[in-house]
Amino acid sequence: MWAPPSRLRASGVIGMNRRNIRYIGRYNDRRHYPLVDDKLKTKLLAQQHGITTPALIGTVTSQFEVKQVAALVAAQAGFVIKPAKGSGGKGILVIEHQDGDGYVKPSGHRLRREDLERHVSNILSGLYSLGGSPDVAVIESLIAFDETLARYTYEGVPDIRVIVFRGYPVMAMMRLSTAASDGKANLHQGAVGVGLDMASGHALRGVQHDRPRHDHPDTGHPLAGLRVSHWDTLLHLAASCYEMTALGYLGTDMVLDRDHGPMLLELNARPGLAIQMANGEGLRRRLDTVERQATGMSVAQRVAFARRHFARHGELQDAGGRLAREEADA
Amino acid sequence: MSRIPFYGLVGLLLLAGIALTLYRHLAFDVPWSPGEQRQVWEVEAQVNFIADGGPARVELALPVTQQGYRVLTENTASSGYGLSFLQEQGVRHAQWAIRKAAGAQRLYYSVQVLVDPRARATPAPPPVIESPVAWEPPYDTAAREIIDQAWRHSADPFTFAHRLVERFTDAQSENARLLLTQYDRATLLVRLLNQAGVAARQVSGLSLEDGRRRQHLTPWLEVFDGRERILVDPVTGRRGRPDNLLLWGAGSPAVLEVQGGSRSQVSFSMIRHNEPAAVAVRNQRAEDTLLNFSIHSLPLEEQSLFKTILLIPIGALVVVILRVLVGIKTSGTFMPVLIALAFIQTSLLTGVVGFLLVVAVGLVIRSYLSYLNLLLVARVSAVIITVIAIISLFSVLAYRLGLNAGLTITFFPMIILSWTIERMSILWEEEGPREVLIQGGGSLLTAVLAFLAMNNPWVRHLTFNFIGLQLILMALILTLGNYTGYRLLELRRFKPLAED
Repeated sequence: MWAPPSRLRASGVIGMNRRNIRYIGRYNDRRHYPLVDDKLKTKLLAQQHGITTPALIGTVTSQFEVKQVAALVAAQAGFVIKPAKGSGGKGILVIEHQDGDGYVKPSGHRLRREDLERHVSNILSGLYSLGGSPDVAVIESLIAFDETLARYTYEGVPDIRVIVFRGYPVMAMMRLSTAASDGKANLHQGAVGVGLDMASGHALRGVQHDRPRHDHPDTGHPLAGLRVSHWDTLLHLAASCYEMTALGYLGTDMVLDRDHGPMLLELNARPGLAIQMANGEGLRRRLDTVERQATGMSVAQRVAFARRHFARHGELQDAGGRLAREEADA
Repeated sequence: MSRIPFYGLVGLLLLAGIALTLYRHLAFDVPWSPGEQRQVWEVEAQVNFIADGGPARVELALPVTQQGYRVLTENTASSGYGLSFLQEQGVRHAQWAIRKAAGAQRLYYSVQVLVDPRARATPAPPPVIESPVAWEPPYDTAAREIIDQAWRHSADPFTFAHRLVERFTDAQSENARLLLTQYDRATLLVRLLNQAGVAARQVSGLSLEDGRRRQHLTPWLEVFDGRERILVDPVTGRRGRPDNLLLWGAGSPAVLEVQGGSRSQVSFSMIRHNEPAAVAVRNQRAEDTLLNFSIHSLPLEEQSLFKTILLIPIGALVVVILRVLVGIKTSGTFMPVLIALAFIQTSLLTGVVGFLLVVAVGLVIRSYLSYLNLLLVARVSAVIITVIAIISLFSVLAYRLGLNAGLTITFFPMIILSWTIERMSILWEEEGPREVLIQGGGSLLTAVLAFLAMNNPWVRHLTFNFIGLQLILMALILTLGNYTGYRLLELRRFKPLAED
């Protein structure tokens, strides 16, 4: 039921308190928070730094513009409406396609134009923002995610979270939405987290609700074969967010677009600790390793360092290798 | 980034807090526990005299804090008289005055005295010996003989006083009988002591015995030997002071002085009762020094307000412990403390039932409001009005059903409840009922624990009486804010990581 603290410390697991004081408090200067807490700002900044993000369709900033939402999205097949200052995936509305009757969510649920307008209105009045402050609705084009990943997800876009510490990518996981998580890629809502090998982007280990998982609960597909393509580009993208935000302890959320490759979705100045569960490993040793490195390395150097030092071989890879051998034998 | 200034600050707060707390305990005898009983004597002095018909003035010497007794409060009753308290040469007096009074007069003075072994008097200087002591013949010879005899059989002022009193007790000599015809015993003894060069004076004392009425003061001799002083019984010669002796108007030549009246006398009645220490402390007259920074120097109404305010840090400490050390999720960081404060007014069971009722009904109504598609501020305002309506309805219902406890539901902080309902409702829509149960349950658990801590009589007593405790709490909370270890619930969450 309970793990002795000494064992956890020996495994290098970091807890909330340590994360808050030792890493966020020390490396994240509060004045840089608005850059990541406001998705619109992040997006504009990313464009300046040449980091790819989903295309911006438009923004709604005041209640009287709400009626124009339909006109704004008329030309788009699918789109996403999200609050600029939302947190934890709150208030994100995904429309897969639209027709004359209305807007269809990935679940097949159909929304009317009024529903859309109400959602935007809610965003503007601050329903999803921290502290209820007035917000802006950001409308982005829908990500056409890589078909190879479709087997690993249910209704949602799987995203890749990379923890970037002082510019070094230290740990990564893929988050797969499930029926239990209602198509959202939030681990605490029941999405599956898959730890990734920093060297190759191969799956290491899967967890759901903090307990081990070897296949996707809805599609039934084994997680062993999961491999993230464009891995080096993705790590470069993540690492360069350090120069962009000046935040030392950063969670970068990325997606793989079929046409545009890895894209930055959003940044998080207070990334959660579930990534340790997905990787079956504590963050402590990797963070300590990075803390011993000199500053002033280039993005490419940091990515190379991470791929060399944080390479892992996980339980799923053994299974994956066995699977491949069995297929070859047959 | 050095942590030394931080630990310095924590250490400083801790030291100051402990010092202030100990000072309150030692210097003012504030007990650690509220259950401790203290003996309090209620002594009433009744002054009777026959007024001459003209102006009258009465002066009564009053007791002061002395060895073993601490004066708490005093009251007077005297219709028609003007009253003032005077302080002359270390003696407190009550002075009653009236323009015109005739017939039998009766004045009352009552005082509450706390039995306090640690109480000390501010020592009055020894009296100056008036020399030479004047005697008329033949008393001078008698006095000299008695002094000579006593002097030969004694070693110091105290034994001398003892021998001197002996001369006047059992086998009285002729000399002694002669002197007693001229002087009363106590006065005579003081004169004889002074004649021999021993500083002494007559003081009045009251023997405290529970339930006694119409008691009178007894004279005592206070004998000095330069450094020390002792009390000597002028009748038995016994040295030392009985435990139940309350000195009345020590150092004053006369206890009662009446001008414009005759046949004056003062008599005493007394009663003993045990009071909780806290009450005894409250009755202490506040001396306004900086170090005696005490809530007790405020008017009663403000005191009761502070009683609650000083509890809030305890609630905050509970929240900090539960969140930092245990890892419990609550809806709104300090909302549970406010709910716990409401529980103090409502009692726990009524409070929890009321809280659940209001939040549950609020959630149902809020779910309808979400269909109306309102702006946030308007919606929360609507929830506030709904909460007020629910509370009013429950109050009326409870009253009609004869459940008076239900009326206390009005003590709930309505704005906070409304935000709780709003937050939980959003949580329900976005994360599902499970998360609502976790956070709602966490909030309620925190509120109940905070209530149990804040409602503990011991905690209430300590926070109210020891202001230094706030500094200790501050140091504790600062230290907790520095804790980088695991939370209790994380030991469960991360268990799979410890198994490899």
